[in-house]
Amino acid sequence: MSKTKDILLEPIASNNPIALQILGICSALAVTTSMKVAFVMCLALTIVSAFANLFVSLIRHHIPNSIRIIVQMTIIASLVIMVDQVLKAVAYDISKQLSVFVGLIITNCIVMGRCEAFAMKNPPLSSFYDGIGNGLGYSVILMLLAFIRELFGAGKIWGVQVLPVSTEGGWYIANGMMLMPPSAFFLIGLFIWALRVWKTEQVEKPDFKITANSRKSEVV
Amino acid sequence: MEHYLSLLVRSIFIDNIALSLFLGMCTFIAVSKKVNAAIGLGIAVIVVQTITVPVNYLLMNYLLADGALAWAGLPDVNLSFLVYLCFIGVIAALVQILEMVLDKYVPALYSALGVFLPLITVNCAILGGSLLMAERGYGFTESVVYGIGSGTSWALAIAVLAGIREKLKYSDIPDGLQGLGIVFITVGLISLGFMSFGGIDL
Repeated sequence: MSKTKDILLEPIASNNPIALQILGICSALAVTTSMKVAFVMCLALTIVSAFANLFVSLIRHHIPNSIRIIVQMTIIASLVIMVDQVLKAVAYDISKQLSVFVGLIITNCIVMGRCEAFAMKNPPLSSFYDGIGNGLGYSVILMLLAFIRELFGAGKIWGVQVLPVSTEGGWYIANGMMLMPPSAFFLIGLFIWALRVWKTEQVEKPDFKITANSRKSEVV
Repeated sequence: MEHYLSLLVRSIFIDNIALSLFLGMCTFIAVSKKVNAAIGLGIAVIVVQTITVPVNYLLMNYLLADGALAWAGLPDVNLSFLVYLCFIGVIAALVQILEMVLDKYVPALYSALGVFLPLITVNCAILGGSLLMAERGYGFTESVVYGIGSGTSWALAIAVLAGIREKLKYSDIPDGLQGLGIVFITVGLISLGFMSFGGIDL
């Protein structure tokens, strides 16, 4: 039981797919201007990732090694088609806002990466949990980013106005930069910094060490 | 002619596929440590993008779109839900074919690009380019131009980032920001720079 818990919870902070494994960054940056859209994207990705892991793991002994990427891709693409069709039927507006990014779940490295790294070697049930866990790790970062960007960029949380913006007679002057592409990069960079201050074992070693006594703080 | 030229400039600078649409980010971050590798991958992306976008255009308009099978006597068939599966299939197959052709006829280029070609199948810039082409409803010539433009924009962005990262490793960076963190902030600054093209109206 505790193993299941580990598989589920580990990707959230200590082995986060976005902040540590550098997987699935494209959509994390693109769909985070509003929380609603980001939430639908997280849901879609978690479902695809969990079921892709499950199915790949079920047939892992029957996949010839040389064509495994194509097999995985076909499974993932079929799942994405299903998710896309459901989204178009149930939430058409949001699927329009997500535009190409639902389709891009196919090449989202989280799904591919976990199929290749985990589902090919582990039994179906724990692969399924691993898929959900990584989906959650992705969702945590996405929702955080979307929260910050929507709150400061448009003064809204989940589409509800909390900070009355100046264009509509309120006091808050919206920071339009938050809705632009560069802020997504800055926020992820800062988020990684914060995470690594908390979990210091994730810090990467610099290629070059600065020799002692060359920093201002070390000057006597 | 002017229309195509403006589409080319817009897809390279204003709508930069890496910096404003965030496509192909994973490889963009992972392979930008060395300038040589980055340029190699960039060229491979330009080549693959220029071929796949028009091929996917033909596939979509003569096989998959609503009523596209009219030439075969099936005007009521709509296969557009198969777009994802077919696009990714085309990309995987084309990359494989390109790899074999290069291996046979241009071994020098093959050994330079060899490692990067398989990576391209899972690069979302390629699939994203095709899907954007479909969504924006480009014509055939437009899709060729868009393929060249979007490939070039990605190559340009990764070359710039690799150049900066080669210098960056000599600098004194706070521990937590070392590596991935500072790369993101650098990309943010580059993206900010590219936004200044946004005011250009063509």
